Amino acid sequence: MDQFTINLLFVGGSFALYIGIAIWARAGSTSEFYAAGRGVHPVTNGMATAADWMSAASFISMAGLIAFTGYDNSSFLMGWTGGYVLLALLLAPYLRKFGKFTVSEFIGDRFYSQTARIVAVVCLIVASTTYVIGQMTGVGVAFGRFLEVDNTTGLLIGACVVFAYAVFGGMKGVTYTQVAQYVVLITAYTIPAIFISLQLTGNPIPGLGLFGNDVASGVPLLTKLDQVVTELGFNSYTAHHSNTLNMVLFTLSLMIGTAGLPHVIMRFFTVPKVSDARWSAGWTLVFIALLYLTAPAVGAMARLNITEMMWPNGGINGGAVAVETIAEDPKYDWMDTWQKTGLLDWEDKNGDGKIQYYNDKNAEMQTLAAEKGWVGNELTKFNRDILVLANPEIANLPSWVIGLVAAGGLAAALSTAAGLLLAISSAVSHDLIKGAFNPRISEKGELLSARIAMAVAIVVATYLGLNPPGFAAQTVALAFGLAAASIFPALMMGIFSTRINNTGAVAGMLAGLIVTLVYIFLHKGWFFIPGTNTFTDADPLLGPIKSTSFGAIGAAVNFAVAYVVSGMTKETPQAIKELVESVRIPRGAGVAQDH
Amino acid sequence: MSENSSNNGYWSANMRIISISLVIWALVSFGFGILLRPLLSGIPVGGTDLGFWFAQQGSILVFLAIIFFYAFWMNRVDREHGVDEE
Repeated sequence: MDQFTINLLFVGGSFALYIGIAIWARAGSTSEFYAAGRGVHPVTNGMATAADWMSAASFISMAGLIAFTGYDNSSFLMGWTGGYVLLALLLAPYLRKFGKFTVSEFIGDRFYSQTARIVAVVCLIVASTTYVIGQMTGVGVAFGRFLEVDNTTGLLIGACVVFAYAVFGGMKGVTYTQVAQYVVLITAYTIPAIFISLQLTGNPIPGLGLFGNDVASGVPLLTKLDQVVTELGFNSYTAHHSNTLNMVLFTLSLMIGTAGLPHVIMRFFTVPKVSDARWSAGWTLVFIALLYLTAPAVGAMARLNITEMMWPNGGINGGAVAVETIAEDPKYDWMDTWQKTGLLDWEDKNGDGKIQYYNDKNAEMQTLAAEKGWVGNELTKFNRDILVLANPEIANLPSWVIGLVAAGGLAAALSTAAGLLLAISSAVSHDLIKGAFNPRISEKGELLSARIAMAVAIVVATYLGLNPPGFAAQTVALAFGLAAASIFPALMMGIFSTRINNTGAVAGMLAGLIVTLVYIFLHKGWFFIPGTNTFTDADPLLGPIKSTSFGAIGAAVNFAVAYVVSGMTKETPQAIKELVESVRIPRGAGVAQDH
Repeated sequence: MSENSSNNGYWSANMRIISISLVIWALVSFGFGILLRPLLSGIPVGGTDLGFWFAQQGSILVFLAIIFFYAFWMNRVDREHGVDEE
């Protein structure tokens, strides 16, 4: 059986499983429809939330970004897990006590203002749409490889599948489907990692293997990795090379963005009790940590494997891999398959029949290259987003593992993309059209507007996904920055301060959102259209602060503006102060209800 | 149960636990993982130093401990102050 058929079996099989569970769970629980969510144990809810939350950014993209940068990209690891501490301590229990279903409802009620609710919905739509662009990038990579077509065709096919998946949408609400998706996703991520860790370090736990010894040379894996990459003129893997302030702000943006993303927060509205909301956040992080403790090992080990494959004769002095070897040796088949997607490429620039991979921007390497007759790095393209999907092929693992990884990557990207599209469509139809502009809209009209909103969102995301503002995880990081600057401060001030009034909250959210959005557009192009940017992240507007790190500054602006404006305007009414007091204590939390 | 939770011991107990937890949260990530890493560079861990371990794995393990400790402790505080769910 060839690889294509095996991939098809795994991807098809996993989708049949999700649909099967959705039908089974739906049939069994019709009578308890309105009690949905109440019977869900915090562990099960945690697993489902983890599946919902881990997207193409975590699964497909993150390890690749860590692999090619090393320590400096630890921000992704700390940022996307540290946010759960904020969520568990500062938001989840209180929002559960409040007892409504959506984030914008809380903001609308707490700040006793229809305007606040609409502004929150707009923030939600902006952040979610940016998030979907990142998912579409991942979907394009996965479908491109899996169907063996170029990236653009893969993206267009993927967009159709995501749309169908989202319209079929009921599946999203079924907790057990998400539990199945989590199991597929985590198995697909850890099995190849275990194989590779055993090959390189002899340790079956990748997270421990990362700090173990390289079996071939007997020195610690990370020491070995530092040696082989610095030899080629690249920055060492374990040292700190980037700007410290930017790294701190980037990590902080990802953390507060995590706690401000509506589709994650929503999961904590439906747990049975306030105490369960606290436990649930912990269990969610347990299931996320299983992937996040493995990811740094995946990145480091893949970087070592790739470097050694390009220099198979004992490093830079032993001679580079021959063009012929890449074409003929089955160990290098992955390079030919990925070349078809247009995301990996090489070129024998100096015509010596070999492919020299090195850092041609390093002055020392340029001297060495002149001596040896090299005319530049010949591994001309290595898209970071292909690393995790290509990893089992690079390590020569059995074909069923490759099929499994394809199924896992698609599960991660599709479930999150579909979930976000549902959130956008309900925000437009339910919160904006029905809630604000036309309260007497028929149920049919509401459904139609939801579908139209979904279609518009996917067209926009696909169009921008063709020329994405960055790799999947970087685009998603921008979405987190937007959520950090707009939603999180409003929620936190709504719970922890009675002083913040309607005007203050609206001014704060608008200031945070606008300043962050403008900063991002100045660096990534207006509305992410390539070529319309004034600055680049290599040379940002404000000192070392890149557009991906600006969310933390935006959040500070939001807090400051809200405090100043609230101080100058009318005090919060007594009834709202009582609402805040009641949200702070768990007693009396009924079942969450729609309004 | 007091009408105004801000004036009673429950809310101040909660704020105290949150503050301590967030100090630890910042210390292991922004502290040990980034800003204080040079101070920890003398402690070797598997081919690199302790700061690298905190940045890539240690902080995540501490985050887990914080959340579970908070859930356990607050659920107890809820009962002590008689504001738990019946």
